[in-house]
Amino acid sequence: MTFKRKLLSAAAMLALSAGAAHAQISGNVVKIGVMNDQSGTYADLAGPGSTLAARMAVEDFGAKAKGLTVEVVSADHQNKPDVGSQIVRKWYDSEGVDVVVDVPTSSVALAVNQITKDKGKAFLVSGAATADLTGKACSPNTIHWTYDTWMLANGTGNAIVKTGGDSWFFLTADYAFGHALERDTEAVVVKTGGKVLGKVRHPFPSSDFSSFLLQAQASKAKIIGLANAGADTTNAIKQAAEFGIVKGGQNLAGLLVFLTDVHALGLDKAQGLIFTEAWYWDLNDSSRAWAKRFAAANGGKYPSMVQAGVYSAVTHYLKAVSALKSDDGTKVIAQMKKMPTDDPLFGKGSVRADGRKIHPAYLVEVKKPSESKGPYDYYKVRATIPADQAFRPMAEGNCPLVAGK
Amino acid sequence: MADDAYKPRASRDDAAEARYDRRAFVVMMALFLVAPAFVYPVFVMKALCFALFACAFNLLLGFGGLLSFGHAMFLGMAGYVCAHAAKVWGLPPEFAILTGAAAATALGFLAGLLAIRRQGIYFAMITLALAQMVFFFSVQAPFTHGEDGIQAVPRGMFLGFLDLKNQLVMYYVVLAIFTAGFLLVYRIVHSPFGQVLKAIRENEPRAISLGYRTEQYKLAAFVLSAGLAGLAGATKAIVFQLASLTDVHWSMSGEVVLMTLLGGMGTIFGPVVGAFAIITMENYLAELGSWFTITQGAIFVVCVLAFRRGLIGELEAWLRRRRGT
Repeated sequence: MTFKRKLLSAAAMLALSAGAAHAQISGNVVKIGVMNDQSGTYADLAGPGSTLAARMAVEDFGAKAKGLTVEVVSADHQNKPDVGSQIVRKWYDSEGVDVVVDVPTSSVALAVNQITKDKGKAFLVSGAATADLTGKACSPNTIHWTYDTWMLANGTGNAIVKTGGDSWFFLTADYAFGHALERDTEAVVVKTGGKVLGKVRHPFPSSDFSSFLLQAQASKAKIIGLANAGADTTNAIKQAAEFGIVKGGQNLAGLLVFLTDVHALGLDKAQGLIFTEAWYWDLNDSSRAWAKRFAAANGGKYPSMVQAGVYSAVTHYLKAVSALKSDDGTKVIAQMKKMPTDDPLFGKGSVRADGRKIHPAYLVEVKKPSESKGPYDYYKVRATIPADQAFRPMAEGNCPLVAGK
Repeated sequence: MADDAYKPRASRDDAAEARYDRRAFVVMMALFLVAPAFVYPVFVMKALCFALFACAFNLLLGFGGLLSFGHAMFLGMAGYVCAHAAKVWGLPPEFAILTGAAAATALGFLAGLLAIRRQGIYFAMITLALAQMVFFFSVQAPFTHGEDGIQAVPRGMFLGFLDLKNQLVMYYVVLAIFTAGFLLVYRIVHSPFGQVLKAIRENEPRAISLGYRTEQYKLAAFVLSAGLAGLAGATKAIVFQLASLTDVHWSMSGEVVLMTLLGGMGTIFGPVVGAFAIITMENYLAELGSWFTITQGAIFVVCVLAFRRGLIGELEAWLRRRRGT
């Protein structure tokens, strides 16, 4: 009896140590934590759909066949940095989570960025916009996957001017984020040869845009740039439709708009709106096929670029883990930067040393209701911004990680 | 508000009351001391910060009878100042926390000067308006970094030798701060000053006719409450290493009202219990998504309808009935 037990425990020890020598996967499970807003403003563009995207990535990667046990957990940060920071600390400290994914809302993402760096884990950002994540707050443990404010401002400003929208009027939310969007976009517009005819700051948050929209209309600018986000943007778009601004020949340019916003507004209100997206489901055959699968499992709702980004990021993460046979955060992120990326959604791409994932971006215009042929058939792609121009050059980001600093 | 919970107590009861308080305090401290072994410490730290916040609020509402609807401004502003002091000025955590609390005290003095001139709903509206102004300021001011908040605040070394990066050290420091704040509230409530405050709550004209300058008492209570709320906010900034708009948002002012009412307004332990109940719900019911706010609302309605004195208020009333007083 005792001998048998000893033998058993010895065998178990042997198995354990052998396991440790071969694969350094903590707890023998790669645990992916999807944290985002599951019930509030960003629940549609990220939310449960992002969790689904992560699960699909794990499934498609065939983790089991490759000998990896992968688990996906999710949590709701309610857009509060303290709630998010508490969840992530708990995940890292006592629940064996190896990587946190998604995290819309810049303040929460910056908090997670810091905790992840302190604990040496991995953080794949898809939902958050702030370009600081690859700028002054960049970290060896973070990759910013899908989009950022610089990309949106640059893509929208640059491509619109090139396609004829050379006079602008800005409608800007009066706080740091709005100012930054306006400043970045204005710089691009002027550099590309456009003119800024005027700008107006509206209080944040605001529900009545009529006086600001009338000023914009009177400016006769071809493009009205909306340097705001969320409810402010959708309210401005709705009221602009009531004033007949788009029908009068001016175009609205959104600087932070998602597929889900267009869906909520309806084509009638949103038509003619121009903005930049990192991904659209109707780009090619493989993105369409994936989107159909996704929508079938997501109650008919098509994927946003944030959700697609989660799929792509998790896929690349699992590739790196399986190549390294380790889920050590710092090492995996380094490996992810080394390996070129390739997945059915974003195609081939790469991850830069400052943690920026590089892929093309698209300037899209919202279709007229008469042009739309089916559910979620919302965009015309007006221009493709090549990968090497879509994101901020590394030297301009002031990321302390990049050599020379 | 004229509830029998507020009936003046005979002095022979005061001794029994104090005995109960002492016992309850010992039980509470024992629970907190061993808590990190069973519950995730950051969670308890958060709840402790909110418990202190609710105690500060209760000092004003429960004992002063003043319903402030803008207490988030003290919590949030102290958090910002503390985070800024620790990160940009490089102050050690104890001074950063004190700077934050001092800022909230000063803000409380200014807000109090204006607010205590009116009573009831007008008082609540003035505090709400001031809090909205502070929110607006926090969105705009460069040092708060607007939406992003102040991030990556260093925890540093408390008093120069306690390394707060260690989770448990941080926990016991927070517990010490909470205990100090809690005992201060207890002391204030049971001092002659607290007695006058209660008298003003019951009948302000009579207190005036007895010769008390009630405005000064109310202002003092407001400033004390603001300072303690600031202490909670500053500590929270060090725990989470960030200060953000969440803490200055008006919904935070509402949350503290909920905590205090749920636990028992005008009781010593009520706000602590209320804060733990709300934070626990926030933590464990988060999976319910949008149902969470509905659940919270339902609990509030049940609380107001079924046990208006709050959890601890009902318990105390029951104990008092059992003693046959």
